[in-house]
Order: sequence, then C-alpha cells, then structure tokens
Amino acid sequence: MGRSKRSRPGVERRRFLQQGALAGAALVAAPRVAGAQAAPPAQTPPPVMTHAAEGAAPADVLVLRDEERAGSDFMVDVFKSLGFEYFFANPGSSFRGLHESVINYGGNRGPELITCCHEESSVAMAHAYFKAEGKPAAVMAHGTVGLQHASMAIYNAWCDRVPVYVILGNHADAAIRRGPEWYHGVQDAAAMVRDYTKWDDFPWSPTHFAESAVRAYQVAMTPPMAPVVMVLDGGLQEHPVPRSERLAVPKVSMPVPPQGERGAVEEAAKMLVAAEYPVLVADRMARTPNGMKLLVELAETLQAAVIDQGSRMNFPSRHPLNQTLRARAAVAEADVIVGLELVDYWGTVNALRDQLHRTARRVAKPTAKLVSITTGDLYIRANYQDFRRLQEVDLAIGADAEATLPALIDAVKRLVTADRRRVVEERGTKLAQASRTAAEAARVAATYAWEASPVSVARLSAELWAQIKTEDWSLVSSYYSNDQTNWPRRLWNFDKPYQWLGHAGGGGIGYGAPAAVGGALANRRHGRLSVAIQTDGDMMYAPGVIWTAAHHRIPLLTVMNNNRAYHQEIMHVQKMCNARNRGVDRGELGSQLIDPNIDFARLAQSMGVHAEGPITNPNDLGPALRRAIAVVKTGEPALVDVVTQAR
Amino acid sequence: MRKSKVKSQKSKVALAFFGALSAAVTLAAQTATAPSAKPPGGLPPPGRVDAGGVLYKKVGCYQCHANEAQGGLSGPRIGPNVVPIARFSDYIRKPTGEMPPYTAKVLTDRDIADIYAWVQARPRPPAVNTLPQLAP
Repeated sequence: MGRSKRSRPGVERRRFLQQGALAGAALVAAPRVAGAQAAPPAQTPPPVMTHAAEGAAPADVLVLRDEERAGSDFMVDVFKSLGFEYFFANPGSSFRGLHESVINYGGNRGPELITCCHEESSVAMAHAYFKAEGKPAAVMAHGTVGLQHASMAIYNAWCDRVPVYVILGNHADAAIRRGPEWYHGVQDAAAMVRDYTKWDDFPWSPTHFAESAVRAYQVAMTPPMAPVVMVLDGGLQEHPVPRSERLAVPKVSMPVPPQGERGAVEEAAKMLVAAEYPVLVADRMARTPNGMKLLVELAETLQAAVIDQGSRMNFPSRHPLNQTLRARAAVAEADVIVGLELVDYWGTVNALRDQLHRTARRVAKPTAKLVSITTGDLYIRANYQDFRRLQEVDLAIGADAEATLPALIDAVKRLVTADRRRVVEERGTKLAQASRTAAEAARVAATYAWEASPVSVARLSAELWAQIKTEDWSLVSSYYSNDQTNWPRRLWNFDKPYQWLGHAGGGGIGYGAPAAVGGALANRRHGRLSVAIQTDGDMMYAPGVIWTAAHHRIPLLTVMNNNRAYHQEIMHVQKMCNARNRGVDRGELGSQLIDPNIDFARLAQSMGVHAEGPITNPNDLGPALRRAIAVVKTGEPALVDVVTQAR
Repeated sequence: MRKSKVKSQKSKVALAFFGALSAAVTLAAQTATAPSAKPPGGLPPPGRVDAGGVLYKKVGCYQCHANEAQGGLSGPRIGPNVVPIARFSDYIRKPTGEMPPYTAKVLTDRDIADIYAWVQARPRPPAVNTLPQLAP
C-alpha cells in the first residue's frame, strides 16, 4: 500500500473519489465549482470540503439522484463476481455503506449477511466455512476495534493457511469524520495484522478497488493460501458514482498451483519404490476433495503406511494402510518418509522431552531418507514462528503436494516391477494387520471407565458415533481430533473429505465454537448432519455463536465436552510444581471453571436453542443425543451438555 | 493473544509419555496378578484404597491418566491391571517420558502405596462385544 498516494499535495480526496481513478487526475488539475457550470445535475460534484465549506449549511440534495449510485453498490457487483456467498459481520458504522448495499442493492443473497456477536467469531466462522466448502467467505469489521477483536482468529487462519477475506471499514479523511469515527479511523489499518496476512490494500477509487478486490481474492486462494485484507474507505463506500461512469469488474484469473519439478518427482518415486518401509505423512495436504483420492491411490500403489496428522481430512481413518494410531512406531520403522504439506516435519521425526531441562531425540532411523513436498518452502514470514524447527531432508520439493501427487503416482506406477509388486503386497498385508490390531485396541480401551461419572471422553465419543454413523455426518469441530490419541479418530469411520475440518491452526482457544457454526453453515446446503464436540473453555470465549446458529437456522448438534477446567493448562502448571518440588495440590488454581459450574443448557436455551443437561450419568447420554438430533434434523441447532472427565 | 496452545507440543507430550509408559502398560496386561505379587526391596505398607482415590485426584494423576486410571489424552491406562509396585514407584520418582517426577517430599512412599491400591481397585470393564456403541 503506497502511503504517498494518500498524501499527494493538491488532491482533494472526496472529489477524486467521486470521479473515479481513470478520470481523476485531469479533474483534479481543473477543479470545478459546484453550481458554476452548465453541466447536467448528474455531472455536478458536491462542494469540496474546504474550511469554508465545513462552516456552510448542508447541501439541499441529501439522497442519491437517479443518475447516481453508491460506491458500495459497485463494490457489491465486484464481490458478487467473486462468488462470495456469505459475509460474516458484527455491524459497524465504518462499513455501513457496504452493509446497506449488501442487504438492499445485493438483495442479501450472494453474499448474505451472517450476524455475528464478535469479530473473532466472524473470522473463525469464515475459516471453517472455507474448509467445509472450499470457497472463501468474507468478514466485515471496523478497521480498528473490529480488527483488534478479529486479530486472534486471523492469526489462526494464517497458521492454518486458510483464505479468509477480511474487509475493514475506515474513514481516512479526517476532515469529515464524525466523533466516533476518530476512534475507528486509522492511517494504516492492516498494519496490525500484516505479519500474518498475505496481502492488503487500501484502494482510493472504484477502479482501484475493483482491481485490488480481485487481486486479493487471487492472492488468498493461491497456495499457500492465507488471509487477505481490503480496507474500504467510508467515503469510497458512501459517495455517489455517476451511473454514466463505466466501471469494469475484472475477471478472476486463478493461478494454477505449482507442481513439483519433473526430475525431483521422479527421484522421489525411485526412493519410494525402492524402500522397504515407506511412510507417507500428510498434514495440510488435501486442499480439495480430490486430495484424499490421490493419497489413497498413491498409498495403495505402494502399499505404503500413511499417517494423517489431521490439519485436513487426508486419508480414511479405517483404511488398512492408515497407521495414524501407531504413528510413532511407523515413523521409527520407516526407511523413506515423504512429508506432504507438513506443518512440523521436525516434530514428525524427532521427539522433544519437556522436563526441567528439555531434550530432543530423533525417532526416525538415522538412515531414513526424508522427502518433503510443500508450498511452505515457497513462502515464509519472519516475525511469528509458525514455520517450526528446520528439518534437514534429502529431497525438498517446493510445490503444492496435492498438485504434485498425480505426477508422483504416475512415476511410481512406471517403476513398480513384478518383483517389487510382490514386496509391496506383503507389506500391505502386514500393515493391514497392524491397523486392525490398533483399531481393536482402541475399542477395548474405550470400555474402561464405561460407567464412570463424570462421563469418559471415550464413552461420549462412542455414544455420539452410535447415533450418527448411519447419517451423512460431518464433525465440524473438536479440539481432540488432531492426533492419534483422540477418541473420534480412534473409534469413528472418517471416509469422506468433509467429515473432518481440521483444527484452529494457531492453537488459539475460542476457535472451536464459531468454527462449528461456520462449518455447519457450509454443510447446511448439502443436508449433512453437523456435529461438534465442544469444550467448555473454548465455548466461554464466544458463547454468542449459539445465538448466531439459532438466528440463522443453522442445523448443528453441539455436544459439550464439559470438563470444567482448562485442563491442559493445569497439566502445565503441575509440571512446574513438580519441577520445583513444591507439590501439585494447588496446581488447579487459576485454571478451573467451577464455583459456580456453568450451565450450558440454560445458556443455549436463553438463545432459543433446544438443550439438555448437564448430563452426568453416561446412560442418559444416548437418549439425549437422539432427541437433540431429531431437533437438528428440523433445521435448528441443539446442544447437549455432558459433564466429562479431564481429558 | 489471550491463550495459545500449540498442537504439536500437545502431541509430543502425549506421544512421548505414551511411548515411555507403553511398555509398562504392556507389562501390566501380561501380569494381571501383579498386585498380589511380592515386590522386591523396601516396601511401603499396604495401600488404602479410599485415601489413594483422594490422592489420585489431589496430586493430579487424573489429568493425564483420566479419572479412573483408564488413560487419557496425555497418559496411558495404568489400572486396574497394574505393574508391580516397585516399578510403579520407581517410575513416579524418575519418569523417563513426559510425566513430571514426584519426589518423596511431595508424595511419600505411603502415598504411592495408597494410590497404587486405588488404581488396582478400579472396576474391570465390560467386554467390548457387549457394548453396541462400540460395534465396528
């Protein structure tokens, strides 16, 4: 964003906006005075905001003339061309012009406004919406106070490499700000989040806006994807634009994601085919539903072990080659490991022991060959440390993994000889047995504490699975579904791309509840049963999302995993207590959510949502879930509050 | 930012701890009669189940191993089939994984014996095939 263009001497800004960028320079050079010419009314600009004009009486023309339209109407034209279905927003005056254009000029359809109670929720909803639908949604917020609320969720989306299209309102022209607009005015709104957004702009004319709006979309959607910010000046939104002015809506031209270089892909294929125990590890790999199909094809061609680290729905959970439940053992056995969009390659092949003195050890064999395919090698920023520790690899392919898989599959198929095929098939048989053993062990493990109260997380997961497994379901949010120790992953049959939407990305609590609503909104049109296993601490960040779900009739079953504390933090504090040899009996102080206990059923009921609980007897859970699902099937949200064990 | 959790760190905690104690759990499965076996060395007195239950909660065992010692997100199952008490005690004093160490200052041998007794007394689970919710 060029600051110089906002401080160009001699340029009167409102007038510049009025005329559009293409004609602007000439008009500025020869300014006209209102009423001093014979031009038709449609061509007459309003008075310039000079010191004298500020003291003058208001103009007598206070509404748009037939020959004019609002700048934000044109903005809606552009946003419609980009295919936005939803704008998530907590209302704010700095984008009132665009707000009005969306609901009146745009008919509140494509995009439709989704009323949110907090900007952090708006962004998290858009974040999960993208992962369910594969299309970005936009968020509208104030450039100052709204963005400050939204920033944590933008950071999550950044770390998760998810495109969220953030639209900020701002009144740049200090001469015409109303009182509150001084608090909502900022010189460089996007500066606050520039370290964790991919691109931003503050356009100065309708044409500038149109080009930047399309560019922002293209930038956000090009892997590695990430949030972008468009700062929309209040004047640009609200001031009239002559209908005679032809404003073009640029065509979107999406860059093709980069595929790995041919020679490097063939080298990776040779390593995989020659390997005795190849392991494919996928994290943010499946950008589209086709990603899972491709990984299945590659794995089956090689009969290779697959570990799904869960940032996306990469691989069917019950596929015989899925070794996620025994991931560390699979990594330790591997002689070739291919990382597909790994967030943390170092952590995949090493272990860090978190004691008084932290130590690290390599888990993978020292001789194991490591291959990396990731767009992470193509784009990195300095300040925030989400790039993780540097892992030495034998072959680094800087490319989009999903885009590279077809070439890798072809190369592997060409190299698999009859001899190798026999080895491959024997390996597949062993892996299938290991997978069955791990799955059976998980089922047995779930039987322990079956009748316990508070309810075990395994029992909760089993009861929920029993109710949804014959439905077209989607687990839209669960903090406990991102590694091999979580219960849904151990017990449920995830075999469709939309059945798991990944997690927050940046680890910021407060993502789960709004993400569930955003994911459920995307699932609504497909008729899917959206379910969320919702932790209590996360819900308390943004309980207003329950109202949003109710208001917009978003069908979502929320099952509270209500363990009445931030238990992970208790564990960290206890670790410090032990390391300092001071006893751990006070370790819960500061991290519990008791006294009083939170009644989530009543909270949901207060917002018009069917809710039951708190449920403490595990035998009451199944019937309550059935009743709640019946409500969700009518198109409404429902909540079941379950008091659960720690973790 | 109000609160930040990092996935991999959580995963590593779970994985390392699981790895460290998985051998112990396996051993437990193989030694169902271990609680009655006479452990070597200087032994604590026989444990008190009720006192052990209070301690199990008070000193935070449940945070990782869950309320009924069945295992949780960050710690493996440790009951009702328990490793021999000497090994149980040694691991608490000098864990090799992610588990924080408990010295005698904060957890006496008597306390460990009580916790051991409580863990050992956890109810046996129902057979998996009798639970329709866990049907494959």
